[in-house]
Amino acid sequence: MSNLEVKFKDIKFKNPVIMASGTFGFGREYNEIYDIEKLGGISTKGLTINKKEGNDGIRIWETSSGIMNSVGLENPGIKGFIENDMKFLNDLDLVTIVNIGGATLQDYIDAVKLISKENVDIIELNISCPNVKAGGMAFGIEKESARKIVRIIRKTTSLPLVVKLSPNARNIVEIAKVCEEEGADGVSLVNTFKAMAIDINKRKNIFNNTYAGLSGPAIKPIALRMVHEVSKAVNIPIMAMGGITNYKDALEFIMAGATCIHVGTANFINPKIGLEIIKGIDEYMERENIKSLDEIRGII
Amino acid sequence: MAKIISNKYLGQDIHVMKIEGNFKGEMGQFYMVRSWDNYPVLSRPLSIHDIDDEGISFLYRVVGDGTKNFSKLEVNDEIKLEGPYGNGFPKVEGKVLLVGGGMGVAPLYLTAKRVSKLEDVEKLDVFMGFREKEMLKGEYEKYADNVHINVGGIITDDVDVDKYDYIFTCGPEIMMEKLVKMAKGKDTKVYVSIEKRMACGIGACLVCTCKTKDGNKKTCKDGPVFLGEDVFYE
Ligand SMILES: Cc1cc2nc3c(=O)[nH]c(=O)nc-3n(C[C@H](O)[C@H](O)[C@H](O)COP(=O)(O)OP(=O)(O)OC[C@H]3O[C@@H](n4cnc5c(N)ncnc54)[C@H](O)[C@@H]3O)c2cc1C
Ligand SMILES: Cc1cc2nc3c(=O)[nH]c(=O)nc-3n(C[C@H](O)[C@H](O)[C@H](O)COP(=O)(O)O)c2cc1C
Ligand code: FES
Repeated sequence: MSNLEVKFKDIKFKNPVIMASGTFGFGREYNEIYDIEKLGGISTKGLTINKKEGNDGIRIWETSSGIMNSVGLENPGIKGFIENDMKFLNDLDLVTIVNIGGATLQDYIDAVKLISKENVDIIELNISCPNVKAGGMAFGIEKESARKIVRIIRKTTSLPLVVKLSPNARNIVEIAKVCEEEGADGVSLVNTFKAMAIDINKRKNIFNNTYAGLSGPAIKPIALRMVHEVSKAVNIPIMAMGGITNYKDALEFIMAGATCIHVGTANFINPKIGLEIIKGIDEYMERENIKSLDEIRGII
Repeated sequence: MAKIISNKYLGQDIHVMKIEGNFKGEMGQFYMVRSWDNYPVLSRPLSIHDIDDEGISFLYRVVGDGTKNFSKLEVNDEIKLEGPYGNGFPKVEGKVLLVGGGMGVAPLYLTAKRVSKLEDVEKLDVFMGFREKEMLKGEYEKYADNVHINVGGIITDDVDVDKYDYIFTCGPEIMMEKLVKMAKGKDTKVYVSIEKRMACGIGACLVCTCKTKDGNKKTCKDGPVFLGEDVFYE
């Protein structure tokens, strides 16, 4: 067994493999299928200050090598999460990342305040959800709105803060730089790409919201390029994601500069994909005689 | 990985495939099925049609790429199954009717088999609606007291709700909703099996939400079977 440990600032992960927000719930369901303590960490379903019912209509649509989703941040609210799921996660030996969304700045502040009283390892500030009409992504498109929210949230919490970036940003590198300037401990990228589909027989949009978020293998090359560009521009660590389905994809992102990686859509291809990716990285390190992932991080 | 024992075409784009192994499952539960690696990305939810000593069967209609892939599988080809998932139909007593429309008949075979073995069931009827021609009658007759088939018409027109304590139904929502309305205010309880697009199949991703009187439910985990009167139909 190689040493897969990575450090994201001061936070130690036993391996760099994290399950992405929205694809893994709060871990309970997958924990019935395998021992999720073998993972490096998990990022929770995006939480908002109040419970949300999510979007109406079709929520998932397949496309060549990808999926589009329009869940619309359905979640039990921070309080519901704390009551029902916080303890479950705290009892597990893995890094708990709580993903926070919102429609208004005040939503974010209230949510972050509340969650900061809990035993959470990292807050992942989602300013990149394309599926809620009034917000979420709005903060992650323009540099100045991103600056405003990161500045305020930085003052609101002393927990490690990672900002989740949108590939739909006008300039994702600029947004990453702003996050660094405003004191974020790291950035995670990418969230889903704004996309759409049309039913030609009904002559109607598939999604009630018209647009939805594209994820999966289809986005990997673009996500990789974005991670590479961002890693050259900032000194804070990066959590990378976008279409990772095997250990090779994971290593590509690490070579492009990521400290850890998130796996989202691939959980739907194979519910135990996390374990396979960890095993693949381990065997690769063994084979290539790599002692620490630091040796290959950002080498491109 | 499991192996295909048989994969037969029955007509009307409908196939039945059997997979070798010791599979678990209750009536109305489903498996997430795939016979390919990464593309298409998602596995396909299929209801358990039957389980016996040799293996598990699925009855499916070819509608797109995924089911087309299934239809091409040959004996000894490999297939991946995750499951059984979902809640399934409840164990009941008295007089029971199963109503299937189109591919909705798929889960009703195992259901008929299991219901017929429940101790306090007095009567079991199966009503099925097909668009073009009658099929599978003899199979279901093995377990049902009476199998009625309607071709090209509206199956719910043939149902006398008052004759039954429980109705289990699977098929187009419009058909299931009709049955629920017919049973309104009566003692007959109607259970419906809801179909929604799914990704994880286990309750983690929230893409399969079914709106009910108790709020949002996960079709894959809290369902696919719901008490008919609780569901808001689309
Ligand atoms: C709980 C459950 C049990 C089911 N049991 C059966 C069964 O026993 N036999 C059978 O023939 N069919 C069944 N279905 C429907 C079956 O899952 C779809 O027909 C199948 O997924 C279509 O895949 P495709 O690639 O051929 O079609 P495509 O239209 O190309 O599929 C595209 C995407 O849409 C999804 N999709 C399309 N139609 C449906 C649908 N009706 N329900 C859910 N997802 C859909 C697919 O899974 C895929 O992700 C069931 C559905 C559910 C939810
Ligand atoms: C069904 C679904 C729900 C998601 N929900 C969230 C969410 O609540 N918050 C968030 O930050 N990202 C969410 N995402 C985005 C993923 O976390 C991830 O950034 C994206 O899917 C790209 O990675 P992937 O290609 O590996 O899936 C969701 C993705 C999917 C597919
Ligand atoms: S398919 Fe993921 S929650 Fe139902």
